[in-house]
This record gives sequence, C-alpha cells and structure tokens, in this order.
Amino acid sequence: MTHVSIQHLTKLYPGGDHPALDRLSLEIESGTLTALLGPSGCGKTTTMKIIAGLLEPSSGDVRFDGRSILREKPENRGAVMVFQNHLLFPYMSVAENVGFGLKMRKTNPAEIKRRVGEMLDLVRLPDLGERRPSALSGGQQQRVALARALIVQPEVLLLDEPLSNLDTHLRFGMRDLIRSLQQETGITTIFVTHDQEDAVVLADRVALILDGQMKQYETADAFYKRPVDEATARFFGGRNFVSGTSADGVFDSALGRLVLPLGAIAGQGTLTFRPENVRLGHAPSGENNLTADLIEVIYLGTQTRLKLSVGDMLIEAIVNPTDAEGYRVGALVPLHLPSGALWVIS
Amino acid sequence: MIGQDGLWTKTFRYLTCLVLVIWLVLPLIPLAIWSFARGWFFPDILPRFWTLDAWDYAMSDTSGVLDSLWLTIGISLAATALSILIGVPAGRALGMYKFRGKEVVEMMILAPMIVPGIAVALGIHSVFIWLGLTNTVQGVILVHLIPTLPYMTLVMAGIFSNYDPAFEAQARSLGASPLKTFWYVTLPAILPGIIVGGLFAFLVSWSQYILTLLIGGGRVLTLPLLLFNFATSGRNDITGAIGMIYILPGILILLLTAKQLLGRSAAVGGFGRL
Repeated sequence: MTHVSIQHLTKLYPGGDHPALDRLSLEIESGTLTALLGPSGCGKTTTMKIIAGLLEPSSGDVRFDGRSILREKPENRGAVMVFQNHLLFPYMSVAENVGFGLKMRKTNPAEIKRRVGEMLDLVRLPDLGERRPSALSGGQQQRVALARALIVQPEVLLLDEPLSNLDTHLRFGMRDLIRSLQQETGITTIFVTHDQEDAVVLADRVALILDGQMKQYETADAFYKRPVDEATARFFGGRNFVSGTSADGVFDSALGRLVLPLGAIAGQGTLTFRPENVRLGHAPSGENNLTADLIEVIYLGTQTRLKLSVGDMLIEAIVNPTDAEGYRVGALVPLHLPSGALWVIS
Repeated sequence: MIGQDGLWTKTFRYLTCLVLVIWLVLPLIPLAIWSFARGWFFPDILPRFWTLDAWDYAMSDTSGVLDSLWLTIGISLAATALSILIGVPAGRALGMYKFRGKEVVEMMILAPMIVPGIAVALGIHSVFIWLGLTNTVQGVILVHLIPTLPYMTLVMAGIFSNYDPAFEAQARSLGASPLKTFWYVTLPAILPGIIVGGLFAFLVSWSQYILTLLIGGGRVLTLPLLLFNFATSGRNDITGAIGMIYILPGILILLLTAKQLLGRSAAVGGFGRL
C-alpha cells in the first residue's frame, strides 16, 4: 500500500520544441487503480517511465509515501513496469520468466518454484510453465507478463497500455483480471491507456493528459458531466459546443435562451451537452425546447446518431434507433435539452 | 524456402555449389599430396615415392612449427577477445543509436577494409616504434585489430539494429542490476552475433601476414610467416605439411558452425525476430 505523489514533473527531450511533460502533478491514493489517459504522444508513457526509473525528469519529483524515489535505481524502486508488448524473455521458459524477479532477489529456488506456481494459478495459466513464451497467444503472454510483475510484490504496479494489443473479447477478460488482481493484492496500480472506455471501466480515478499537461483528474463520470475544457470534453466524445453568455441561470446563445442547472458559472463561456442527453420531442414545460433541421442520420446498430442544425449551429444527438424512425433528412425535429445535462465551460 | 523451386533453379544451385567446391577444395589437393611426397616432378601425375618425412620434420622441435602453432593460436585468440570487447559496444552504438558524425565513424571503422593493409601498417609502424610495441607479441595482437575490428563491429551492428533495448529496461524494472541484466537478457540475445563475429575475427587474425611481418619484425613467427619461409625456400613437401596444419582451424570452425552460418538464426539473431 503506497501513496504516489507526482509533483510538477517536467520532461524536456533534447531537440524537442515543447516539453513532453509540463509541470504535471498528481496525487494517487494508496491501493487505488488509476488511469493515465491521453492520445499517443501526450506524455503518459513518459510519466510512467519516470516513475519506473527508466527515464529521468528534467525537473519535479516523484514520492512514494512522502519519500522521493528519483535517486533510487530502477531495480530498487519497488515500482515494476509491464510494457505494452509484454517483453517476455524469449530464451527463458514461462516459469523462468515469472520467477525472474525473485531470482534477481536471490530467493531460494524451491521458494521461487512454489511462488511461480501460485502466480500462474492466479493468472489462470497453471499448466504452461514449461512452455516457451513464443508458444503462447498474445493474451496468455500478457497474463504471464502480469504474473512476472506481481510476483515481486511491488509497491507500485505500472501497466503500459495493458489492453491495446488484445482482441475485443480478450480485452474484456483482461480488464476483469486486472481489476480483480488489483483488488486482491491492493497494490497501487497506474495504467496508461489511450482508450477512454478502458479508463472509465477499469479505473477508480482517471487523469487526462493532453500535450504533456494534466487536464483533469477525477472519477470517470466527471469527465462526462463536468469537463474542464473543450479539449477534455472532445476527448470523451463531446460534440456540442456553443459559445454565449451565462447570466442569472440562463445561457444566451445561437440556440436561444436555455435554462441552466443551479450553480452554473456566470459570464462568457461555452455551453456543452452530451449527444446522448439530447431528447427527441419538446418538453411540456416549454423550457429548453429547440426545433432543428435534420441533416444526416447515421445508424450505429444499438443507437442512431443525428446531425442537426439550429440556424448556423450544428449539433449532434445520439438517440434510440426506434425513436429516430420516421425522421428523414430535411425534416424539422423537435428537441429538448434537459437543464441538468447542460454544462458551461468558462 | 517457400514453394517448389523450378528445375532450372535447382540445377543452377547445384552447379554453383560444384564450382565453389572445385574452386576452394581443388587447390588444396596438391598441397596434401606434396606433404607425403619425396620428390614430385613433371610429367608424373602422382609422386613416385611416398614418405612421412615432411610430417616428421614439421612435428619435430627443430622446425618450430608446433611453437609457432601455439603462438598463432594465442595471438588470434587474444585479437578475437579484444575485438569482442571493443566490437560489441561499438556495434551497439552503431546499430542502436543515432548520433552526430555517425557516418564518419562508420567510414573510419570500414576504412581498414578499403585502404590497403600495408599502407595502414607503415603508418602504424612508426607509432609502434615510438610506443616500443614493435617486435613484440602485444604489438602484433594490437595491429591485428585493424582488420578484425571491422568484421566484429559490423556483425554486432547488424545484431543490435534488430535488438529491442526495452527488454533491458524490463529486466531492470523487475529488479536486475545492470550486470545481471547484461548476463541474463542482453548476452543470450547477442550471443549468435558474438560467435559469428568472433569466428570471423579469429580467422582474419589467423591469416595475417603483412601486418605480422611488419610489426613483429620477423621475431614474432606466426604460422603464415613460417609457411612463407618454407614456400620461398622451395621445400614443397614441408610447405604442404605446414599448409595442412594451417588450414585446420578454418575447416574445424566451418564444420562446427556450418549450421549456424547457413541457417538464418545466427546471422540475424536478437530478439527482433521473435
């Protein structure tokens, strides 16, 4: 159980014109599962490598339980990193791979054998110890890599894109496995992903990193309900952004006057609402109703995406396919924006 | 090989093999015959009298062949070991990293293969006189590095360009010290390259004549020098016997490593293929 504190971490690569990491700070509670989310090149893997000791930051600090670990060598840090492409040592059997960390710690062979057996049971690969890594499937290799990291009982487990190399059905199984292993062991776990769904499903808290900067660090639902800015909202699939003025609980914009929820900020701002929160049909109260031209209908199987325009404003709605039946391109569509679904970004 | 090769391709392949065998093996046959002959004169197809005299002499203390053999083995092993020590890190730098002036460094390493050895050796000779390395075994070992290092470095550069250093980062993260990381992770991956490069280096050093003569000043009498002495003095029988001894390591190495050299395993090596 280790609290991880990342403080003003900055990383400049020689020759790079802007920092890969820009004063990134993050407090990770002991025993939690945290996602570092962001597109490729945003600095999330750099952060992870710095925690693991495989890269040195230009400035800033990383502390485990209040103690700075930047001077510790990677092998003494207590932070074990599992790489995206598994990196099982090809000249060793699966069991030798899993036991590698213990062998480096000079654990006696009988003890290594026993714990390797336990670990392979835990990742549900009990009979594959004698195989070569190349004889395993991608999903099995990933589980071996996980076992190899967990066997040394690290203070902090770092997973680099643990799900991105897997097929969809393996991915769901792997998510469950990571989640259950993390809860059983209670190891503070940080994982890097570019997939917001993985982050949302798996993590206790999500840290969104864009261009080397921490954008938002909260529980997953906040990213949908209360994005800090437009880039954050867009990363989580936000499509609707309307600029205007907020005053006295009302937002004035090209969409007309919309009633805001309590506590919305006042002044110039951008109104955003999730496409899935747009309702078809007017509300009887008469508040927050719109009428829009239907421009495009995209059928997605379980949902239908509607592209609409209100004057010059383009907005998107995601609705139930059966509700969307009957609307053709060019039709006028009555819409309702529940005030609880509105959020103003300053 | 995927699929069936055509008849022509097959025939061509066998013909090429045959030509190569004739080219490489045929010249050795008269040498072998000479070593057992007592006089062998035109127009005889084979010598009239057979004897082991040349072999007796070659194996005797007076000929110095055995002393020379051990000396040559020692020098070649030392040159190989030094080549590995220098060539592995150099190959890693060239194969894995981009750095300013990399092309210049590559050219410098390749230069001894392009510039005639004697030109290089003459320049080095004066430096070695100044350092007191002429006429010494150490000097000969050092000068052998000029032709051996390019082979070692280039083979290792090839190996390292297919090598993923993330394996080392993974080992460190799992608790291995740098030394253990090298031993358990790096070495197994690059060993095929070290073996192939080392064999090249050994054979290149083994066959040095000019460099040994120039720097050793005739005092460091390796097998090729001894062989040349007998060849120029017209003792074809003894030349034949020493010649047979001289080609032995080459043949042994070829037999031991034929599989490695012919298969793709050694030449490519590294984790990259897995």
